[in-house]
Amino acid sequence: MAHTFPGGIHPDSRKEATCGKPIELLKAPEKVILPVSMHIGAPCTPLVKAGDHVCLGQKIADSTAPVSAPVHATVSGTVTEVAPRLHPNGSMVLSVVIENDGLDTPDPSVHPLDIDTMSQDEIIAAIREAGIVGHGGAAFPTHVKIQSGIGKVDSLLINCAECEPYITSDHRVLLEYPWEVIGGARILQKLFGVQSAVLGIELNKRDAFPVLKTHLPADGSVRLEPLACKYPQGAEKQLIKALTGRDVPSGKLPADVGCAVFNADTAGAVYRLFVTGLPMIRRIVTVSGSAVSNPKNLEVRIGTPIEDLLEACGGFLEPPNKLLMGGPMMGNPLFSAEVPVIKGTNAILAFYKEECPIPSRTACIRCGKCVSACPMYLMPTSIFQHYEKGDIAGCDRLRAYDCVECGSCTYVCPAKIPLVQGIRAGKQRVMDARRKK
Amino acid sequence: MLDLSKVQVSSSPHIRSDETTKQIMLDVVIALMPALAVSVFVFGWRSLVLTVFSVCGCICFEWLYGLLTHRPNTTGDMSCVVTGVLLAFNMPVTVPLWLVLVGDAFAIVIVKQLFGGIGKNFMNPALAARAFLFSWPVIMTTWVRTRTALPLFTTPVDVVTSATPLSYLKQGLLPDASLADMALGMVSGCLGETSALALIAGGLYLVYRRVISLHIPVAYLGTVALLTYLFPRGGLDPLDFMLAHLLSGGLMLGAIFMATDYTTSPLTKKGKIIFGVGCGLLTVFIRYFGSYAEGVSYSILIMNAFVPLIDKFTMPKYPADRRRLSLKKAKAKEAGPNE
Repeated sequence: MAHTFPGGIHPDSRKEATCGKPIELLKAPEKVILPVSMHIGAPCTPLVKAGDHVCLGQKIADSTAPVSAPVHATVSGTVTEVAPRLHPNGSMVLSVVIENDGLDTPDPSVHPLDIDTMSQDEIIAAIREAGIVGHGGAAFPTHVKIQSGIGKVDSLLINCAECEPYITSDHRVLLEYPWEVIGGARILQKLFGVQSAVLGIELNKRDAFPVLKTHLPADGSVRLEPLACKYPQGAEKQLIKALTGRDVPSGKLPADVGCAVFNADTAGAVYRLFVTGLPMIRRIVTVSGSAVSNPKNLEVRIGTPIEDLLEACGGFLEPPNKLLMGGPMMGNPLFSAEVPVIKGTNAILAFYKEECPIPSRTACIRCGKCVSACPMYLMPTSIFQHYEKGDIAGCDRLRAYDCVECGSCTYVCPAKIPLVQGIRAGKQRVMDARRKK
Repeated sequence: MLDLSKVQVSSSPHIRSDETTKQIMLDVVIALMPALAVSVFVFGWRSLVLTVFSVCGCICFEWLYGLLTHRPNTTGDMSCVVTGVLLAFNMPVTVPLWLVLVGDAFAIVIVKQLFGGIGKNFMNPALAARAFLFSWPVIMTTWVRTRTALPLFTTPVDVVTSATPLSYLKQGLLPDASLADMALGMVSGCLGETSALALIAGGLYLVYRRVISLHIPVAYLGTVALLTYLFPRGGLDPLDFMLAHLLSGGLMLGAIFMATDYTTSPLTKKGKIIFGVGCGLLTVFIRYFGSYAEGVSYSILIMNAFVPLIDKFTMPKYPADRRRLSLKKAKAKEAGPNE
């Protein structure tokens, strides 16, 4: 039986376009744009200035804040600019622009690490220095997650759900680099001192099971668990519910219920760090959607402008009506193809109107489909009504702050009401009101 | 160069399900068609005429209301069509056409639009209109014998009336019709309510299409079945009495199509079960103790009024919080005597 959580939706997965396509290595671009903020937490301060020569894997920005992750040069070459550039989130963010000399001269700091001789603190410090953040999209610094979980965690979960439609980057990683994911899982398992790590995989990736099985360690320290194909199966709280039956209380972290969740390729990045010494300089990105001529899975340097990715996929068939970074349920809309791939970029999608309509809103008929779909046991339509009336206390009473913004309510609404959009705004105002108190 | 001239920016999610309000309403209309077909067979073409007339009336009133109040025309969502069919289904086949129009106007203008239109009415429009039409009690309780030839458009006069199964049950007798006749709909009653089988077929279609869930119909019918089985009247066999109750009157139509009306039923699963049980209790209560043989429409209308309250008390809770609350309570109990 596949594990799952209550609620959720079944959008058409649309993964066929790329799930069978091996990862292609995209040539490093002539210029990379590296924003100092590609993670959740404090932005970094640049350590280089225009004109400096940098090597591959050299740290170019860092912060002393506890929750942050340093940025590394993803090519070797010359820094041409340290200036605000357009970030995928739509704002201007200080970025380091490096002109690639094509040599990929490695930095002296890049060398394999012998994990057996390292202490727990040294391992965590190495993960921090490598700038590794969650590969699933939210880009939370991995070392912070490890630090806050050590001693509390009894269940280590590796998130291979990939529940967003279209995206196949994790799927391909499981098929092509299974030893990296499993190797990373073992490192994390030892680090937390837990008996085993569990890989939760949605059943639309059945072909990954036999591949992974051949790489599982004999001591049973890594297990595979099937997950039902349902969105948002890969959301942290829903994955924990599905695999352990535990509910993360409102306002608490997974570590508070003894769980730590890492994305499949985050585990892979940890493994690669110790084997090659390379910090987080590349990632796998799915380029797909109806408007893309030749959808692909690409391995790209972080900082590559997304136009390079789109061009590598043959560009657009017709001018698209929407360009997204991330999945169609929670992804960010883009208005420029000059923005770079950042650490959390798992997909670039280009759609025509038919695939991503912006329907006009009609009246709520109280069908309750949003209530059944909500994975957080909320009443989306009621919160939305309170928000529209300006009743922020009402939003608070209905637990708007628990919303994970998965968008399932908006997806199912037959009246096409922008429910999650309103709840998101209401949630923000609840938080603001609480802060004022 | 990549052409991004057509790119729009909007907040996620960027994909939507295909389901629309119109599609849902269309499904309900489709689900009502078997019952309409049986009705034409049992009561003749007049029942089709009344249904179509009622639908047209509802569409006209909704369209007119929009026109006169300078509001957008909402007839396209098809919900007025559902109201039209349901209202016709809740009338005897002998009603004059003008009374159908009165019902349409009351349902659409007073019950639905004056409260804010689709999704805002607190009572089921068709049922509220039916309750209103009992201001003409004789017309509304003239039950013609099945398969009587009736004029299509003019008001029938001097018809041979017949007792409905419910009137027998009221007196503690079993109906003169067989259970098979009652299930098929070969009994007298309102024009769309008689055939339990056709209504159940429509209900299954709605469940299959995920338009309704089983919670309300099962809770409603289950409550009626349990009560009538436990407390049969007139010393009748409990099973016969229960089946006769389930198959007679507007129970199937009410439980499957009226009580499940989205707008006037609770949002949560738990709420739906409470609502269904409440409808069942009231129906049996009215059928047993009321002066009128049928209780379905009034019970649903009464429960409609409780929906906001039910919603409030069945608000889903996050399990982790629920556990913490019960822990707190348990601790308070433990600590109680010492303090």
